[in-house]
Amino acid sequence: MLYAALVFLPIITAAIAGIFQKWLGARPSELLTTAGLFISLALSIYAFWDVALLGHSQIVPLWQWISSGDFTADWTVRVDTLTAVMLVVVTGISALVHLYSIGYMRDDPGRPRFFSYLSLFTFAMLMLVTANNFLQVFFGWEGVGLASYLLIGFWYKKPSANAAALKAFVVNRVGDFGFLLGILAIFWVFGTLDFDAVFKAAPMVAGKTFTFAGQQVDILTTICLLLFVGAMGKSAQIGLHTWLPDAMEGPTPVSALIHAATMVTAGVFLVCRASPLFELAPDALAFVTFIGATTAFFAASVGLFQNDIKRVIAYSTCSQLGYMFVAAGVSAYGAAMFHLFTHAFFKALLFLAAGAVIVALHHEQDMRKMGGLRKQLPFTYWMMLIGNLALTGVGIPLLGLGTAGFYSKDAIINAAYLSGTPMGRYAFTLTLLAVAMTSFYSWRQFLMTFHGRYRGEDHHAWEEGGQHHALKLEEVHEPARTMLVPLAVLAAGALIAGIAFVHVFIGDAVFWRGAVAIANGHHGTSKIPLLIELAPLLLTALGFGIAYFFYIVKPELPAQLAARKGLIYTFLYRKWYFDELYDFLFVRPAKALGRLLWKWGDGKIIDGLGPDGVAARVLDATRGAVKLQSGYVYHYAFAMLIGVVGLATWFMLGGR
Amino acid sequence: MNHLLSLITFFPLVGVIFILVTRGSEAVRATSARWVALAVTLINAALTIYMWSQFQGSTSAFQFVERAEWFGAGTGITYHVGVDGISMLFVVLTGLLMPFTILASWDSVKTRVPEYMIAFLALETLMVGVFTALDIFLFYVFFEGGLIPMFLIIGVWGGKRRVYASFKFFLYTLLGSLFMLLAMLWIYFTAGTADVETIIETVHFPVQAQYFLWFAFFASFAVKMPMWPVHTWLPDAHVEAPTAGSVILAAILLKMGGYGFLRFSLPMFASASEAFAPFIFVLSIIAIIYTSFVALAQEDMKKLIAYSSVAHMGFVTMGIFTLTQQGVEGGVFQMLSHGVVSAALFLCVGVIYDRMHTREIAAYGGLVNRMPLYAAFFMVFTLANIGLPGTSGFIGEFLTLLGAFHVETWVAIFAATGVVLSATYMLYLYWRVIFGDLVKPALQTIKDLSLREAAILAPLVVATIVMGVYPKFVFDITGTSVAHLIKQYHTAVAYDAGAVPTSVKLAERAP
Repeated sequence: MLYAALVFLPIITAAIAGIFQKWLGARPSELLTTAGLFISLALSIYAFWDVALLGHSQIVPLWQWISSGDFTADWTVRVDTLTAVMLVVVTGISALVHLYSIGYMRDDPGRPRFFSYLSLFTFAMLMLVTANNFLQVFFGWEGVGLASYLLIGFWYKKPSANAAALKAFVVNRVGDFGFLLGILAIFWVFGTLDFDAVFKAAPMVAGKTFTFAGQQVDILTTICLLLFVGAMGKSAQIGLHTWLPDAMEGPTPVSALIHAATMVTAGVFLVCRASPLFELAPDALAFVTFIGATTAFFAASVGLFQNDIKRVIAYSTCSQLGYMFVAAGVSAYGAAMFHLFTHAFFKALLFLAAGAVIVALHHEQDMRKMGGLRKQLPFTYWMMLIGNLALTGVGIPLLGLGTAGFYSKDAIINAAYLSGTPMGRYAFTLTLLAVAMTSFYSWRQFLMTFHGRYRGEDHHAWEEGGQHHALKLEEVHEPARTMLVPLAVLAAGALIAGIAFVHVFIGDAVFWRGAVAIANGHHGTSKIPLLIELAPLLLTALGFGIAYFFYIVKPELPAQLAARKGLIYTFLYRKWYFDELYDFLFVRPAKALGRLLWKWGDGKIIDGLGPDGVAARVLDATRGAVKLQSGYVYHYAFAMLIGVVGLATWFMLGGR
Repeated sequence: MNHLLSLITFFPLVGVIFILVTRGSEAVRATSARWVALAVTLINAALTIYMWSQFQGSTSAFQFVERAEWFGAGTGITYHVGVDGISMLFVVLTGLLMPFTILASWDSVKTRVPEYMIAFLALETLMVGVFTALDIFLFYVFFEGGLIPMFLIIGVWGGKRRVYASFKFFLYTLLGSLFMLLAMLWIYFTAGTADVETIIETVHFPVQAQYFLWFAFFASFAVKMPMWPVHTWLPDAHVEAPTAGSVILAAILLKMGGYGFLRFSLPMFASASEAFAPFIFVLSIIAIIYTSFVALAQEDMKKLIAYSSVAHMGFVTMGIFTLTQQGVEGGVFQMLSHGVVSAALFLCVGVIYDRMHTREIAAYGGLVNRMPLYAAFFMVFTLANIGLPGTSGFIGEFLTLLGAFHVETWVAIFAATGVVLSATYMLYLYWRVIFGDLVKPALQTIKDLSLREAAILAPLVVATIVMGVYPKFVFDITGTSVAHLIKQYHTAVAYDAGAVPTSVKLAERAP
């Protein structure tokens, strides 16, 4: 019951805040939802202690959802170690973001709605992670998608926000299309959607094939790939990533909670949850590794030259999610979940710190108009610094002492190295390259924001049209305390979450208790060469060095290089042209096809040959005889009535 | 009460008589007609709920059965009504929705109010009759009779192009029905009875004959559904119909086709249903994909929702012809869900049409600024139409896909693209109408939902969500009957494939 309360508290507060917003007012809505979340957090911490550490996994059935023939799916709260980890992450970040939002959204008239959406999101996410069958996962999955849509489009007056919201929902639905087919396939093969039953039966299906389009296709590989398509959509992996950068149109707390710490990690969670299936489908795992590694590299490369402070972090998120998938792909699910865990802290920290900067600058997000803010925002400066240290994984390899990212990211790179498969090598190479790029874009962003000269008062050649109110440096102040407290908590997590939990998450089968599959022979069996162990740190230093050179030593150089519009620069700045490509391939053709089918298919062909052709003749014939007036219709109705009566009469007389 | 079904069926006609005998000025007659119609439909709604409470979900047998002489003894044509788990909830849906349609027309219909209310009350009788009739000719009378009030509602109280629309409606539906009537005559003369239960249980038509009969019924049901490519009457009919007309059209009349397939085509022409299932699948997939794209291009709100209805009915036909428990039950659920959701969507369009007198999407934008409550309601129904889990729209879509995946994986894959497409056209609609800044001068003074409007939409929100999270109350009713139907189907197919010559069987049955 405790766990049911944990899950349902946010939806209750969300409903109250949403439905009674007019009567409640803003402040009570904020307090209600925030308090609800902190209670959920307390319960989650208890769950973590009881379930993950003491080993009391629980499955609490609620009520039957769908039952048709041999198909059933129930509402359930399942809490095992995997869930417990997610519970702490979700409610922890969510509670802090609620608190932060009280300050961040202070002047917004839509606050009750905002807090209602935030709690609604949290509920959907909790339903997702506590599911005991694939269908409830799908419920949560779509629920978080809805909340994400609502929150991206929160500022509904902005056309760009509406466009971003629509894009996020539709692109996610493309992924969900795969997920849904995966669920259908699972039921088709296993006759159930319950996790335990499916996972238990999976080994019997391993290696079996079915015929599809004349080909022999491996069943489990197909299922896993379909599930992974869903994961790609939700976790913004290459190909289905285009919505995530645009999602930054939403308020910054939303970016921190949904588009960094929790929702986008649902894909990783799904792969880990279904790890008993993935373990039996090596080809699917190879694909997961490939996509993860490619995304890690691709997103980091795009992040190099973005000028919007939030977009840099968004691409960084995309890239880090790639790391998590690499880990899952080489069967290091513990490492994947560990990076998910640490990433939640430091990425939420980075977003919220960026939010503090944005608020301090009166909603300015262009880093070209920042600089030199260190003195004005000392606390935020330190928070951002800690976040960056954790993201770039700074630490001392030989002592094994460092920030959160140091443990989790290195664990992933090492796992890729140790996997020994060709795909593992590919992932190893790309993730290492991405380390250098991560360092560059992180420190570039940091230096552009806090160091150098304040550029907010400059007259900008690149500004298009609109006269922007120039903010003087003296006018920049640290934001409210409710915003700073969450930063401090997250910073503490970013520093110590790694060292505190590295041993339980990675390689500790007792901790997981079968909640994720632990593959044999992947961990601790062979020694990692010293150079490999040092490589990430060296590359991080290299990235920092380049960033320092360009933005501190020669600050005029980047603008000059940008102005030259080199091929690689433009390619990266335009984000590999994905948006343009999709617009050309899907958006325009869909609209054109819609018009074509409507005007030609329905209009000219079906109607032209069918009713219009006939009706035209009828109309021609009658127009001369009967004037068009409302009584005219009665004639026809009457004729029909006579027809029916006539038929009935005919039956009575002739039918017997 | 062993005349409960007859009471539910014909009670609205009592209202008709009341309205007819009322005398007075036009205003007085209008007011009294409104109140009489509301009272009658409310009482009928209560009666359907009572019927529901007395219904036994554990049996597949027909309940509340009534039999009476109609065409005389020995003709085999009787007044025979009853409901099973498949039809019962459609009666409830009809009964519960009628008061909403009366309320929705309260202010917006100003001309010929008594006649309008009479048309709706008569329509209720005919619609309930369709779902309760267990005699093919009785069914036919109700099925065709329903056309007349609907035809009048569109033709008299409709929009500018109402004559064109009602013509199209008339041509399509009548043409389809003619074939069905011929088939019914053939059945009657061959089997010697018009009793649905008797025909299903004892008569086996030769497989060749089944093909023709199946097609004849199909011609009528496909138009009613409507299935691609005989769907083009629907957008025009919806656009021209008054709000309440659209609601009934989408919520109830569109379900008659699907119900017909379940009541007649599957059990009576089992082998033909099996043979033509792939044909239905193809049409269903085209309906889902094609009309979704067309919906994307629409500039008129009602047309968009009408095309979306065609796509949603594609899931129904697909599910029904999977002939699996999940597929058929999903199809039934999808029909019930669509009955609620499409009704609500048309009511939503009606709300702003009453204010602005246009359905052009381009005429709106930024409504959320002045109509937050409306925006919230509209959002729920939009999501249900998209098939978001947790709303009623998801359950039916999912189960029909589940059934299709079992039978023919390709079908499920194509149909599942509807998941992406429906999200696109609905949210694109929502964006253009609701979101954005409120800049259009005409909209500056638009008012949020009145109490009456909110009271109409709120129960539908509740229904949408309850059906989404606790659909069990529906499956408790439909489960047994659907299972029985599928058993009947399999028995019949096995019989047709077996050694017993069908003609012998027929000869035995001949009177």
